[in-house]
Amino acid sequence: MKEKPYSAYQIVSNLIMILWAVIIILPFVLLLMSSITEENALIRYGYSFFPKKLSLESYAYILNSGEKILRAYGVSILVTAVGVILNVALSAMMAYPLSVKDLPGKRLLSFYVFFTMLFNGGIVPSYMMWSSLGIKDTIFAQILPNLLVSAWNVMIIRTYFTTSIPDSLYEAAEIDGASQFVIFWKVVIPLGKPILITIGIFSGLSYWNDWTNGLYYLQKNKDLYNVQNLLNQMVTNISYLTKSSYSGMAEAAAKIPATGIQMAIAFVAILPVMLVFPFLQKYYTKGLTVGSVKG
Amino acid sequence: MKTKGKLRLKRYLPLYFLFLPGGLYLLINNYIPLGGLVIAFKQYNVRDGLWGSPFVGLKNFKFLFATGDALLITRNTILYNVVFITLNTVIGIVFAIFICDAVSNRLKKVYQSVILFPYLMSAVILGYIVYAFLGTENGIVNNTILPLLGKEPIMWYQEAGYWPFILTFANMWKGTGYGCLLYISAINGIDTSLFEAAALDGASRWQRIKAITLPSLVPTIITTTLMHIGRIFYSDFGLFYQVPRNSGALFRTTNVIDTYVYRGLMEQSNVGMSAAAGFYQSIIGFLLVVLANYVVRKISEENALF
Repeated sequence: MKEKPYSAYQIVSNLIMILWAVIIILPFVLLLMSSITEENALIRYGYSFFPKKLSLESYAYILNSGEKILRAYGVSILVTAVGVILNVALSAMMAYPLSVKDLPGKRLLSFYVFFTMLFNGGIVPSYMMWSSLGIKDTIFAQILPNLLVSAWNVMIIRTYFTTSIPDSLYEAAEIDGASQFVIFWKVVIPLGKPILITIGIFSGLSYWNDWTNGLYYLQKNKDLYNVQNLLNQMVTNISYLTKSSYSGMAEAAAKIPATGIQMAIAFVAILPVMLVFPFLQKYYTKGLTVGSVKG
Repeated sequence: MKTKGKLRLKRYLPLYFLFLPGGLYLLINNYIPLGGLVIAFKQYNVRDGLWGSPFVGLKNFKFLFATGDALLITRNTILYNVVFITLNTVIGIVFAIFICDAVSNRLKKVYQSVILFPYLMSAVILGYIVYAFLGTENGIVNNTILPLLGKEPIMWYQEAGYWPFILTFANMWKGTGYGCLLYISAINGIDTSLFEAAALDGASRWQRIKAITLPSLVPTIITTTLMHIGRIFYSDFGLFYQVPRNSGALFRTTNVIDTYVYRGLMEQSNVGMSAAAGFYQSIIGFLLVVLANYVVRKISEENALF
């Protein structure tokens, strides 16, 4: 362990890692700096690490007159919260029976879940299915398709339940006359907390970051756009914000700091991920090493 | 016997109830749409819908392959995946070794956090970040970096030739950390006494990596690579849709099966071709996953998916 004067290998490898870390961090710095650059400076000199003139007008706009923007954050928060709760509840409810040793038909049920990981029909039939159920242009479009239950998550939870909850606990509960619902609620859920939190984080991230459901299923009702949809919309149509519901405000529209706002919204969309990151990382790394998910 | 049967039912019935809601969801989200794959053999029209539209046999597929679209999107999808798998594996391993050998524990933690972070960004954000660099009017490359080098600005979003490099770098920037975590946990699993013994015997750092670290990573490398090969017909829709900003001038080098299916369905209402491409992807994708898993089973059974 006493290799005090660092070897050439250690110096080089650490320098490479520091360089890579800088490459990863700099783009976020550029995003932040661009969002606090004054609009005219942005237009004249472009995005820059060292803006000629700073201004918080983009953020002020988001807070004051960005009705669309605030609503989009509202949708993101609501959809993420509801999505995570439903996802964790449904996944745990599915995983528990699959972890009960002598459940008749268990192999069949496991295969039923597992097969969805191997084969899927792709977006065309899936789009037609969900459209025919009438979720288009409703809030369900942001919650239901694809993100609600993932076979992978169910298998991970199942593995955790089988390996980390001792059989003797179930047996004791059954001798006490507890029903399966009670066992699920009083034994399985509390003891499964670490894995359920992990899955909740996975699912929360996918809801917060999702933009495809809005792209497919919200063609008319853009009021239900989440932040990612809003950002996506501004890529194709930079004047989207200015075409607001209060009409005939061409003058006001001209003053909207559109270039800076894009970056400000993007930065605010990253912010929650940054805030939960340290917490998230701990569980994320654990979730990865939970082990095999064999069927 | 009868009472025992009743008891069993009483005991297990609640479990089936617990399974039911999620089971129904998978039925709607995953199983029924499988039946919808038949759309690839139909002339879809909105009035008759999925089930009522007339069958046209292989016509959609003939069109798809006749236009050369199939060839282009298949080539792009596979080539990008081959490059991504290779780079992510090599760099993932190198970085994992570097991180595990970091000069202090604190640095090790910093590296691990930083490289994972971009993985948690949405594709939309990734698109914005690339745009902040390459945007034609406002991008920092055209406004600051190229003038400093005395070069003319480049219309990045119009020049298809640059995009294989841009997309590869964007994918590395975003994904290296995630792949790296797997290798870090594999390295952490190696018995440290092996390294200590080797160091006592005077093995150099490089010898230790070659003789201990790399061989212990082989199972992880083989399984992850094979699993990626099983998904070689699929690509990250977000990366290929958001980062090039859906720019038509770039399709030659940015169009992959997933983006093609999306555009056929949503932008050009060419449902037939889109469905045919989707069908082609689903079937070959499925066969490849099964094949890859079969190979993994042969090599190391405990790493097989099923």
